[in-house]
Amino acid sequence: MLKDEDRIYQNLYGQQDWKLAGARARGDWSGTAEIIAKGRDALIEEMKASGMRGRGGAGFPTGMKWSFMPKQSDGRPSYVVINADESEPGTCKDRDIIRNEPHKLIEGALIASFAMGANKAFIYIRGEYYNEAQRLQFAIDEAYEAGLIGKNAAGSGWDFDLVLQRGAGAYICGEESAMLESLEGKKGMPRMKPPFPAAMGLYGCPTTVNNVETIAGVPTIMRRGGAWFAGLGKPKNAGTKIFCISGHVNNPCNVEEELGIPLRELIEKHAGGVRGGWDNLGAVIPGGASSPVLNKAMCDTQLMDFDSLAASKSMMGSGAIIVMDKSVDVVKAIWRLSKFFKHESCGQCTPCREGTGWMMRQMDRIVQNKATLADIHLLEQVTTQVAGHTICAFGEASSWPIQGMMRAFRPEVEARATDYQPPVAAQAAE
Amino acid sequence: MSINHAEPTSFAYTDANMKLVQKAIKKYPEGKQMSAVKSLLDLAQRQMGEQTGSAWLPRAAMDVAAEILGVSPMRVYEVATFYTMFNLKPVGKYHLQVCTTTPCWLRGSDDIVSACKKASGVAHFGGTSEDGLFTLKEVECLGACVNAPILQINDDYYEDMNAERVEALLADLKAGKPLPPAGSLGGRASSAPAAGLTSLTSNPTAGE
Repeated sequence: MLKDEDRIYQNLYGQQDWKLAGARARGDWSGTAEIIAKGRDALIEEMKASGMRGRGGAGFPTGMKWSFMPKQSDGRPSYVVINADESEPGTCKDRDIIRNEPHKLIEGALIASFAMGANKAFIYIRGEYYNEAQRLQFAIDEAYEAGLIGKNAAGSGWDFDLVLQRGAGAYICGEESAMLESLEGKKGMPRMKPPFPAAMGLYGCPTTVNNVETIAGVPTIMRRGGAWFAGLGKPKNAGTKIFCISGHVNNPCNVEEELGIPLRELIEKHAGGVRGGWDNLGAVIPGGASSPVLNKAMCDTQLMDFDSLAASKSMMGSGAIIVMDKSVDVVKAIWRLSKFFKHESCGQCTPCREGTGWMMRQMDRIVQNKATLADIHLLEQVTTQVAGHTICAFGEASSWPIQGMMRAFRPEVEARATDYQPPVAAQAAE
Repeated sequence: MSINHAEPTSFAYTDANMKLVQKAIKKYPEGKQMSAVKSLLDLAQRQMGEQTGSAWLPRAAMDVAAEILGVSPMRVYEVATFYTMFNLKPVGKYHLQVCTTTPCWLRGSDDIVSACKKASGVAHFGGTSEDGLFTLKEVECLGACVNAPILQINDDYYEDMNAERVEALLADLKAGKPLPPAGSLGGRASSAPAAGLTSLTSNPTAGE
């Protein structure tokens, strides 16, 4: 098990002071100027050495993402945008960082922005996190007053401004290009790529979007070294991660653990086990709503890291583990996610706008035992016409839960069809 | 208080809010003032709540925001209608927002919905109680899933809810008591496991 001293978020649960004095006591803002004095290239190399993969869902290597930013300005400023839109069902990790460790995020924003040549960063926080935004703004104001950000931030010689913008209720704004649109004051509708944000992002300027957990981990990685982070977890799946364990466990909680931890160990050690015991487990959605669901047999041996979950045709996503015991109608649970995606489709692309509603209605028919086998197979086929046919990954996000359900629970789903014929059982030997 | 708020024909930010409007605009580069649009609309909605008891966004307020930002009103209407947190119709003093997405549903959000309906007297989502006190709304994932189920009232999350806690809370509000502090009503601190810590049990280290 991960030792406490190797946990980045010592105040994950808010038992200590979240303000500047408490943050400093935990080591935040110590030697920030020295870190910055190492120079941009050294910081990017350190991030590459750490093996950090983006904590927002896609798992793209952070150091490499940073290296895409222009080394020399062509006259346009560069921007860093921090994604605090946390809206993937099951996910509530960034909320704890924001309310209990805001200075890790602010210091990380400074270091990351310097490494990418940006004098200004924006944090886009979901509108519903009103109290969290108030607290983060308080911490930002504290940092300005203490000279840690602003002109000559933390005595580093680098000027740095940090702006917090609240969203106003739209899941799609967690998609990076929709977030840029929203930051510019428009509807949050994703942009076509290319051009990629590193070439043309916010206000048409080079921009990199990183998740809160990615950025907040930066100061500790810089202080303890990329090798320390890379030594935790598994090869290519380095470091620690905050997991959010919700649903049918005895003690739902957030917890920071090493990547690669077995799912069962994670649930039993920290969340008090599955309600009714491990054998009462029905299904797990391992990485937020859009990650394909796993059945019990898959969960028995599942490791929690990017590559192990990809090997199970699911994904690590945001680290949000939604546990369902045997009492749950899995089809209904997935139908509710289809309803979520239908509600949150921005409506820009036809396959998604029409497809999410159609998929939800078809799922509803299965829930009500009104679908035929042909309906179920048509649904499965239509998901492949939505995924991959939209401007952003929402088409995939809304299709994968249904595809995952068909992979992990096909017999259970087909058994609900109106024209289902049970397979002829082998004749028992007389 | 009646829920039949007439559509106002005019709107003006208070002096205090006008200062906040200017502050919001100044956060963004020159010429990019439209970035502040959500802040302006949010301020207008809050001001309506303070002035009329119903935090909603009438068209007159959108027009004022458009004028301040120097854009056509349509640009502001687009934003106001796209994001779910802008209330385009009057709402009750307490805006009950129940999350029913899968993680909350697994933890009993159906009971929370029933309890809200029973205690508030609102029969269906989108409705407002006769006394104008409560509007009930179904919302999608609020991002506090390990503290499910969640009932958001105005700006505050009430976590680890069950039917009894909902009924007691709404009864207090009906009796004129103020909203309690946000957070878990089940007595636990933040997102830690309820049965006791399984990590961060040793002395805090400086992370060095």
